[in-house]
Amino acid sequence: MTDKFIARSSAVAARKLGTETIIMSAVDSTLFSLNETASLIWHAADGKTPLSEIVHRDIFGEFDVPCDQAYRDAAELVEELAHRGILRLSDQPIVDASHESRSQL
Amino acid sequence: MSLMAELNQRALHRGVPLSVHLDLTYRCNERCEHCYLEHNGDGEMTTAEIRDLLRQLADAGVFFLTISGGEPLIRRDCFEIIEYARSLSFNVKLKTNAVLIREKQARRLRELNVEQIQISVYSHRQDVHDGISKLPGSLNKTIAAIRLLRSHGLKVTLANVLMKSNLQDSEGVRRLAAELGAHYTLDPTITPRMSGETSVLRLRISPDSLQTVFHNPDLVGNVAEFCAPPAPVDEGALEGLPCSAGHTACYVSPRGEVYPCVQFPLSCGNVRQQPFLDIWKNSPQFLEVRSIRGKDLSTCSSCRHLGTCTRCPGLAFMEGNMRGPSSADCEKSYVRTGIVSAGMLARGTAAAPRLVQIAPASDRHACA
Repeated sequence: MTDKFIARSSAVAARKLGTETIIMSAVDSTLFSLNETASLIWHAADGKTPLSEIVHRDIFGEFDVPCDQAYRDAAELVEELAHRGILRLSDQPIVDASHESRSQL
Repeated sequence: MSLMAELNQRALHRGVPLSVHLDLTYRCNERCEHCYLEHNGDGEMTTAEIRDLLRQLADAGVFFLTISGGEPLIRRDCFEIIEYARSLSFNVKLKTNAVLIREKQARRLRELNVEQIQISVYSHRQDVHDGISKLPGSLNKTIAAIRLLRSHGLKVTLANVLMKSNLQDSEGVRRLAAELGAHYTLDPTITPRMSGETSVLRLRISPDSLQTVFHNPDLVGNVAEFCAPPAPVDEGALEGLPCSAGHTACYVSPRGEVYPCVQFPLSCGNVRQQPFLDIWKNSPQFLEVRSIRGKDLSTCSSCRHLGTCTRCPGLAFMEGNMRGPSSADCEKSYVRTGIVSAGMLARGTAAAPRLVQIAPASDRHACA
């Protein structure tokens, strides 16, 4: 299985509101609200950490779900967020994600 | 409930200031005749102070950041401030007259992913627009800038403040917006100056003209719905909040003063003397504003319009009582529905000859 790397898009605004995260795309002004699990993945999306490591570190230990199931769910989620343009997705580390990583959410 | 409404509810529940309007300066290259500001640059926050404020706002949970003025682009550090705000992941909206925007600035705004840009346009006719802005050539520069911004894919809204001198031009500005691929918003509200001085109110359109605006489907959508008589006042209206000012939104002036709203000049503290979050959570002024429910309003609690009125607590405050009616909104409710407000009855203005009953009380299905 090829691992995935994810980085937050620079074309969005984002802020934590409790355990959730509000995101708005500057491209089309679409508003999103990420639940607690999706928020954990979003905040960990630095372009360098493989998704499998994010899932193992931030999801598997926090939620009562088998690791392979957690990874499948996470992979589906990041595909969806990438499709909507608020996350970048690659099979390789995303080296120009420095701007996104600096963002304080 | 829309996602936006849900977010506002969650922010309200958590005491989070979801939206902040920040004026970078009161200086301006235009001298619009209706402007509520004194164009004085004294005591503006420095770049470092604004960066510190932005960090505090991000930590406080602010998501929507409106950067305005005066003319914000008159500050040499405006783009540095916007860039820093975007690095803190704010949703940035810029309010400007766009006169200073050229290709370089438009491109930079796109690169910074500013979510939308609101630009004041008073008329599609140069003599009318420039006559209001008092800056010769301003309409042509503004339109050229809008074309540049649109060519970069930026979302632009033309804000059309309506007053006596441009009353006939709203349709022209609406067509101009469509031609430019921009959104259009109309605002018939002229507010007193921040100092409380009211001479600018002479520019307000008459109730008869307001009636015409409120019955124009191109401007208000469904006229029958917009002008429908208010539903009976219920518990929700009596326990409801007047507006978001001080609850999920506030305003910060170029000098660091914090207010509930840009048109609610009740100073709640200054970020130069006190952390923003301390002001937001603990200032007696904010706590007082937050304590007010519909049932607490001195005259409006007994008004039929309570649940649907656009009552602005800031305008009421400028009239002397933040719990009282705002006469401009009383007039709007009346013109919209034909039903006299409690505030008008209290002031004895209900029978004034300039106000015209639109529909008799027994025939209020539609006002057209």
